[in-house]
Amino acid sequence: MEPILQADAQAVIDSFANEDVYLHLETTNGAYATHFDESFFSVGAYIRNAFLQYELGKIVGTGPFRVGLKLSIGWVYAEGLTHYEVDEKGRLLMAGLDPAGKLAVALQISKTPFE
Amino acid sequence: MTFEKERQVLVIFPHPDDEAFGVSGTIASHVNNGTPVTYACLTLGEMGRNLGNPPFATRESLPKIRMQELRDAAAALGIQDLRMLGLRDKTIEFEDDEKLADLMYSLIQEINPSLVISFYPGYSVHPDHEATGRAVVSAVGRIPKNVRPKLHCVAFSNNCVDELGEADIRYNVQSVEKQKVAAIMAHRSQTQYMVAAWGDKLETQDPELLAWIHNERFWTYQWPDEKKA
Repeated sequence: MEPILQADAQAVIDSFANEDVYLHLETTNGAYATHFDESFFSVGAYIRNAFLQYELGKIVGTGPFRVGLKLSIGWVYAEGLTHYEVDEKGRLLMAGLDPAGKLAVALQISKTPFE
Repeated sequence: MTFEKERQVLVIFPHPDDEAFGVSGTIASHVNNGTPVTYACLTLGEMGRNLGNPPFATRESLPKIRMQELRDAAAALGIQDLRMLGLRDKTIEFEDDEKLADLMYSLIQEINPSLVISFYPGYSVHPDHEATGRAVVSAVGRIPKNVRPKLHCVAFSNNCVDELGEADIRYNVQSVEKQKVAAIMAHRSQTQYMVAAWGDKLETQDPELLAWIHNERFWTYQWPDEKKA
């Protein structure tokens, strides 16, 4: 993955619009957050292979970026995205990595199911 | 404590690298002692957060990297029988408990170990550790007492010593330090920053680091009907 280039990422997001896609969305602060700091309120969410279509997708901000996908009957969004790549399977992988290189959020879009 | 000679050891953990920090010296010691060791690893650590910045992996490439690291670590320890059970990181506790225990039970029946090593349920912090420990305890508990393998558990929750007492099994694994360090380093994606933070402490024999590497501890699982008074 490389630091996100907004216009380039926007073009890839556009290319998936109005198509059946599989989506991976994840946020995490790690399974040990409360072990190391008992006052820490640990949260996370994960969805893998949500099957959907979006009519409009936008990447917004000055970095870290926010990505929102408008569905016919709902929304998907993620914030804190810093890095991306289109992998060898043509999937758009976006992640928010903290300065230490730990993933805090991921949003990925694919035409085929994620393994 | 010296290592009791075991007939067969079965190590069951959910993540590649769970075996490295607190158990790899014990594994290497059993292997060097001529005891066959099977390591069953439930997941490929797909949800690992360390991707690097700049990143060396993606969410999708990480499992492949960690699979190779697991193989490298097993090789460093001389583990001949490495099983990858194909479950997914962070989902173990959401599996059907009975089916998971069945899976552990069939593994134990097949391997027929004299010693099982896993996590101590209630005292092992990560939900996958807890669920794995629960399934292993449930499976071992199905075996009649007189033929039950020993069950040594890893615990590291903040309250583990308060509630379980001091670990009853303690090994010094200094004699296999090199193998243990090699296993830790094999899990590069997980340990490279930690190893980098060691600096030259390994070469200069920093007492704190060496104590951390050399000492491994386990709690013999306390079955409810055998609880100490």
